[in-house]
Amino acid sequence: MPKQIHLAAHFPGVNNTTVWSDPAAGSHIEFDSFVKLAQTAERAKFDFFFLAEGLRLREQGGQIYDLDVVGRPDTFTVLAALAAVTERLGLAGTINSTFNEPYEVARQFASLDHLSAGRAAWNVVTSWDAFTGENFRRGGFLAEEDRYSRATQFLATAKELFGSWPADAIAADKASGVFLRDPQAGTFRHTDQHFDIAGRFNVPRSPQGRPVILQAGDSDAGREFAAATADAIFSRHGTLEDGQKFYADVKDRLARYGRGHDSLKVLPAATFVLGDTDNDAQEKARIVRRQQVSGATAIKFLEQLWNRDLSSYDPDGPLPEVDPDVSDEHIARGRASVRMHRDPIAVAREWRAKAAAGKLSIRELIIEVTGRQTFIGSAATVADRIDHLVQEDAADGFILVPHVTPGGLDEFADTVVPLLQERGVFRSEYEGETLRENLGLDR
Amino acid sequence: MTHLHLAVALDGAGWAPDAWREPDARPAELFTARYWIDLVAEAEAGKLDFVTIEDALGVQTDDPTLVQGRLDAVLIASRVAPLTRHIGLVPTATVTHTEPFHISKAIATLDYVSRGRAGWRVQLSARPQEAAHFGRRTVSVEEEGSVQELFDEAADYVEVVRRLWDSWEDDAEIRDAATGRFIDRDKLHYIGFEGRHFSVKGPSITPRPPQGQPVVTALAHSEIPYRFAEKAADVVYVTPADAANAREIVSQVKVRHVFADLVVFLEPTEREAAQLSSDARVFAGTPAQLADLLQEWQEAGLTGFRLRPGRLPHDLRGITRGLVPELRSRGVFRTEYEASTLRGLLGLERPANRYAAAEGARVA
Ligand SMILES: Cc1cc2nc3c(=O)[nH]c(=O)nc-3n(C[C@H](O)[C@H](O)[C@H](O)COP(=O)(O)O)c2cc1C
Repeated sequence: MPKQIHLAAHFPGVNNTTVWSDPAAGSHIEFDSFVKLAQTAERAKFDFFFLAEGLRLREQGGQIYDLDVVGRPDTFTVLAALAAVTERLGLAGTINSTFNEPYEVARQFASLDHLSAGRAAWNVVTSWDAFTGENFRRGGFLAEEDRYSRATQFLATAKELFGSWPADAIAADKASGVFLRDPQAGTFRHTDQHFDIAGRFNVPRSPQGRPVILQAGDSDAGREFAAATADAIFSRHGTLEDGQKFYADVKDRLARYGRGHDSLKVLPAATFVLGDTDNDAQEKARIVRRQQVSGATAIKFLEQLWNRDLSSYDPDGPLPEVDPDVSDEHIARGRASVRMHRDPIAVAREWRAKAAAGKLSIRELIIEVTGRQTFIGSAATVADRIDHLVQEDAADGFILVPHVTPGGLDEFADTVVPLLQERGVFRSEYEGETLRENLGLDR
Repeated sequence: MTHLHLAVALDGAGWAPDAWREPDARPAELFTARYWIDLVAEAEAGKLDFVTIEDALGVQTDDPTLVQGRLDAVLIASRVAPLTRHIGLVPTATVTHTEPFHISKAIATLDYVSRGRAGWRVQLSARPQEAAHFGRRTVSVEEEGSVQELFDEAADYVEVVRRLWDSWEDDAEIRDAATGRFIDRDKLHYIGFEGRHFSVKGPSITPRPPQGQPVVTALAHSEIPYRFAEKAADVVYVTPADAANAREIVSQVKVRHVFADLVVFLEPTEREAAQLSSDARVFAGTPAQLADLLQEWQEAGLTGFRLRPGRLPHDLRGITRGLVPELRSRGVFRTEYEASTLRGLLGLERPANRYAAAEGARVA
């Protein structure tokens, strides 16, 4: 049997991938939009629905960033409500380990798992910045190098809590009057450098035992954390070569923890544009890229690398001659991507060369250097490509990010999914009741 | 006749310790969605104003003959929201060990998924066991002034939550294609709260909820919590012993809605009512007798009641199928839901945004 593909639906994010100006674009906050996308994903037999997280509105140049979608609901609360309008779809929430406490997060995920009858998943992220910390009573206290030690202990603690009630702890025997068979159920004690807590957990063991654990950091420490503890990785490596390298890297780390090759699923983020023909899709993709990168957005992206106010530049004109400002204070705050420009002066040099060679304006260059869609083509081409990447071990599946809310997954569900099913590489019916079962993970 | 407001307080198998052993109790299902959906549907069929859902950051007891364990109340409310249409959903959430930023967006989101039916019962925790679950502070009620301090912190907390709800003006989302702007950032506001216990910058990541300000409620037994409720709450639950006491309390606590809490056994056995020790008065009797009592207390100035069913679902059904028809026949309870939001059911206006007010005044 060929490798089976896993698919997830990412609710369109708070970034420029999401095209809010599309005439079909709906609300990002009304519950109906979440229902619509989740029900489409379930109709298409997707493994899970996915919510990202950002706990401070992004800023640039000292002002709230206003060009992208802004605003999102509380993750747990939306996922619990979605459990009421779906039956098999997994419900994955991104919750960070810095601005939360294990007891509270563990009881929220255990509750979600109960209320969804075994469909909860937790994407553990480690954003630690003081900027976000200003929204929290505990503040931005974490040094960057401590982010994974806290995350590791946070998750270890949460797992102790999830496991603290024996499966048969509750007797609820009316005749004998014994409610709790095990009077010690929920007892825990955890002491380490980050947490010193003890007592009793107050949520009985949930249907999956614990939520499915996802991880989304890319650094060496992040990959090691995933290999040690996660059931799946949400990665940025969606192309063949890059994907294969990442896939091999993280799967090779598993042995160190006594884990099997299949116990960790690799699920890159992927965007897509479909068309009746490949040419049609290419043309559409070009238009979408121009919608995603307006002139104003292009200048903002350029500012993020240059770390300077470039508002006086013409997006249809050439790149600035001046070099990026490499001081510590950064113009853009609250974005995970900002850290990716490790050497701004070198990158700026590269961009200038690229613009000169292609005679590209600022906007054209930004369209070029920021992510093109992962899959572009007819349904047949895209199905072929997805299957190829999975069979060639560049991925175990994908977390699809539609660019229009909430209908952006409809065409994929209607045209690509049936082709994958015909090939025998994607389920036609859910295999199990719980997300863990559908992902093919051991209990 | 002035209508009275009715809420029920849902907690496990009911407020009687051995309620879970009743013939129609479902103790093995306490941790399933179905159990809570059925209870809230029953309350909605009776056209009650709202349900509250109890919660805490620790187990109820160490006694293995009693119910232990509970699900997060905000998530129960949210799970039930899409399956109900009218009834208000008021989960309990503890302020002492949690983040106001998280609770603010959670209740705002409950307001979105319920289309305007969210409330919140603010709860403090002075239990050392719960503090040990977080390991970040100790709490005590023995020390001089420590109760006052917990309530002061709670008042700051509610202030932060309320400011965050207002931190987006209603028309902040503009989707202006011409300028490429999704929001008008002048209509988003830093809340800049700096208090003794915490500082919160804002704005919220969640736009202003449908009700503007979801309904804030609190239980209060004495002077310090009364003052807290006046500052923070739209509905306060009090625990009078009789009508005279109710009148006295109403004169002491100035909150828009003052509800009396009552533990209720309808057509009970003697055993159940007698064995319960409770902060709220325990009523045992027929629906008609209960209706008499509610009307008598209503005349003392209460606007409504939060009934705590002794046994679930038995006494909840006694309320919806016995008490409610009785009150209707006396012309003091609704026959149809008259509003689609919880504020609407409670006769509360949708409030102006504190941050928009200045500008509105300028324009006008
Ligand atoms: C595909 C992907 C998605 C991510 N999504 C989020 C998110 O929604 N919220 C967040 O706070 N961090 C998110 N992150 C950030 C990481 O989880 C992590 O906290 C950060 O990258 C720092 O860890 P690192 O140095 O290992 O990358 C994401 C990272 C990746 C690769």
